[in-house]
Amino acid sequence: MNTHNITHPEAASEFLRNKERVQWHDETLWFVRYKRDKVVNEIPEWEQLRELASQIKDHTLSRLDEYLQEFEAAAISNGVTVHWAADAAEHNRIVHGIMAKHGAQKIVKSKSMLTEECHLNEYLEAQGIEVVDTDLGERIVQLNKEMPSHIVLPAIHIKKEEVGEIFHQHLGTEKGASDPLYLALAAREHLRQKFLAADIAITGVNFAVAETGAIVVCTNEGNADLGAHLAKVHIACMGIEKLIPRTEHLSVFLRLLARNATGQNITAYSSHFRKPAAGSEMHIVIVDNGRTTQLGREAFRNSLKCIRCGACLNTCPVYRRSGGHSYHNATAGPIGAILAPNLDMRKNADLPFASTLCGSCTDVCPVKIDIHNQLYQWRQVLTKEGYVPAAKTASMKVMAGVLSSPARYTFAGKWARKLLRWFPSLAMNKKLNPWARQRDLPEPPKESFREWYKKNSREL
Amino acid sequence: MSRDKILTAARQNKPALVPLPEMATFVFAANDLVTAFTASITKAGGAATVLGSLQELPAKIKEGWPDARRVADFIHGDSNTNASLLKEPALLDLVVLKGQLGVAENGAIWLTDKDCVERVLPFITQHLVLVIDEQTLVGNMHQAYGIMGKQNPDYGVFIAGPSKTADIEQSLVIGAHGPRSLQVFICT
Repeated sequence: MNTHNITHPEAASEFLRNKERVQWHDETLWFVRYKRDKVVNEIPEWEQLRELASQIKDHTLSRLDEYLQEFEAAAISNGVTVHWAADAAEHNRIVHGIMAKHGAQKIVKSKSMLTEECHLNEYLEAQGIEVVDTDLGERIVQLNKEMPSHIVLPAIHIKKEEVGEIFHQHLGTEKGASDPLYLALAAREHLRQKFLAADIAITGVNFAVAETGAIVVCTNEGNADLGAHLAKVHIACMGIEKLIPRTEHLSVFLRLLARNATGQNITAYSSHFRKPAAGSEMHIVIVDNGRTTQLGREAFRNSLKCIRCGACLNTCPVYRRSGGHSYHNATAGPIGAILAPNLDMRKNADLPFASTLCGSCTDVCPVKIDIHNQLYQWRQVLTKEGYVPAAKTASMKVMAGVLSSPARYTFAGKWARKLLRWFPSLAMNKKLNPWARQRDLPEPPKESFREWYKKNSREL
Repeated sequence: MSRDKILTAARQNKPALVPLPEMATFVFAANDLVTAFTASITKAGGAATVLGSLQELPAKIKEGWPDARRVADFIHGDSNTNASLLKEPALLDLVVLKGQLGVAENGAIWLTDKDCVERVLPFITQHLVLVIDEQTLVGNMHQAYGIMGKQNPDYGVFIAGPSKTADIEQSLVIGAHGPRSLQVFICT
């Protein structure tokens, strides 16, 4: 699970070893993108909705401190206990503190990318507390001792035969079984027992409404609700960027979220939690963990508008062919590659380079984050700050020198054509040049276009 | 204290004020809301049937779920033994609830905690029946929040279809953790 010493290209080459799986992964995610396009095109005002969502989020960020206080005051008056965590460690301590107070041992959790970001499960396990992830995809990766590889499709990298083997080992399903219906129903029985026995339920938050103090959680399985309603204590963990000002703004975001994420009109459940049920407790943990720092970085502030739909992953040619785990970060893909360097530049300096900058991510973003532009800008920042490997920086300097002078360019071209013909292995050495590993260079031409033109232009 | 630290950092690092946009009111194109709603809920894995009157409901339930033994019907609640059934909600075969409004564009039905009787009921039952009045159908989510947005219930939920998952190789499976089916009856 701990793969942070491996860079994205290294991890990706591991994934690329199995060509058939790469093809399947690529096609599966592209199909999700296709489903998204279909339902998006059913909404004539789609572009207006994106613009509205973007502006609502821009506005919220520009008054974030005020909306956080408004939200807190409303939540407290609703009888909810509000906690503030500056970083992941404090978040984990707070959640553990609530469990310790109740002597809770049985914990169910519905999907939350924030608790993944904070590595809550590992922390609690070290305290001797087992957390059961209840989203089916997340339960699969949990049993397989992995991280989710996608924001909304946590087990998208795992084939059904492998799920069958994981369930055979952990849930006692028949060996060799791979029917999704059979496996999902086995998980249903297994997880229903966990829901009914749980002391505490943890959920994430999709939207937090400042004016009412309510939080909204969207699921298809109903696991957030089963957890929160059956346990006596509900802990909801949210990043500070989940806020929206008013209830009516939910109409915009609930129209965008599921359509853009999976091509559904809306998730099966959009649950609005405002007050705890009689005899129950509700806690909200508000987490910063680098978000206020990102708010201060003008070039990257926009990334805080993200509503975690995952569309930028589905459409990304690099993500689809390298897999979520190659990003060695809780949030993978283009958006993850913008968020990760903010948390740790040294560890994540490779991620903004895991992109072709084609801009497809920006085109599908429901809140108009200029994702590819921010990836490009991170490259500048990381190079300036000295986090980019020396070889890359040096070769870029040489290229810049060559490309900025016509004389040097002509000279270099002439010699490159000669050298490549005499020693083709110079550029195509698959050991030295990673670019050459899946590619073959065409035979170099005898002359450049410029030389050809000089010779022939007189005749024209 | 982290609260003050976070709020101070947010205050110092936030950009200049960006105005809050005016909420646009988008009109739902289709006129026939029943047909549009039915198409949406069918796409989401549920079903919708138009009912002449509520009197038909008990017969429809008997006909549709002949094997259901533990049925908590909160529309004709007086005649059954809901209270004792609710002691063990995990054993319920079928729950029948009234929804406040339905959204044609996506098949979502709004229920508050009062409509759910117990918050867990529409999730823990094996099968769910929701009844809505045809007059409560609206086109899209803007109209829905326009009607119920100021209610502020302690808890409220849009339900659009049965519980489902596609987490194993993107194969759709109906009945993940919650109800294995959702039948909506639209009363005219």
